[in-house]
Amino acid sequence: MSSVTSVKTIEIDARGPRFSAVITTLVLALALVTESIWVIAFQAVVFAIGATKGPQFTPYAFIYRSLIKPRLKSPLRTEDVRPPKFAQLIGLAFALVAVVGAAIGTSVVFTVAVAFALAAAFLNAAFDFCLGCQVYLILVRIRKA
Amino acid sequence: MKSLLPLLAVLAAASVFGIWFRRTRGEFRRRKTVDGPRLTPDQIGIALGERVTMVQFSSAFCSPCRATRVLLEQMVQTMPDVEYVHIDAESHLELVRQLNILSTPTTLFLNRDGTEVGRAMGTPKRSQVLTAVAAVQ
Repeated sequence: MSSVTSVKTIEIDARGPRFSAVITTLVLALALVTESIWVIAFQAVVFAIGATKGPQFTPYAFIYRSLIKPRLKSPLRTEDVRPPKFAQLIGLAFALVAVVGAAIGTSVVFTVAVAFALAAAFLNAAFDFCLGCQVYLILVRIRKA
Repeated sequence: MKSLLPLLAVLAAASVFGIWFRRTRGEFRRRKTVDGPRLTPDQIGIALGERVTMVQFSSAFCSPCRATRVLLEQMVQTMPDVEYVHIDAESHLELVRQLNILSTPTTLFLNRDGTEVGRAMGTPKRSQVLTAVAAVQ
């Protein structure tokens, strides 16, 4: 938690996390269908980079910067890095639960955890859903109850 | 390749939720009970507006909070009987609990006495703000 609550504000291209959410949705869909521990483990590593270093340092962000961004004509819109970084942390939590579920052979835990991560990534990609807006305050309220 | 059923179920459920979510963001919801909670200038940190006070709650991990703030700060300049105040939810948890605020941005619309008439969750459109302000008597 400490890494995402730093006070300094960093601005990033807002279209980057949205593109990354599309790739994340595809990878998580693949994980759900194949029930592969390797696919979800890979996505967990991507989430871990996004949640610690920042979403602008993931492999998906690299694809965005090198292939997608030069072709975009829409004006640059920046956003605070903290909301997408927080979403990566939530994604990491679900992915880790799924990895543990698969490792100990409980496929129900795997399927449910991947399903939640997929739902969040899909909502972000398709509807610009902001996970931090919906869950952060509730988490704070629970923690400081 | 295992079953496609979980994938289709997740995408269908998330789509239904997403469409509902998009539709309801920014919508002004009037309180069903006659008297909402009453806020004092002490609690919100500014004097109440002559007719309406808009109180926006924001948090750190919230992109639409900024857009909402920009819109409301700009709109309030042309509305002499309306005041606007921005509150960081995390540092006002007492108030957040009392008002039962669950997500950000949430904007409360208070009448001249400081009583909540209704609220909007998510970034409202300009027209939705005008509707909400007009709904306060």
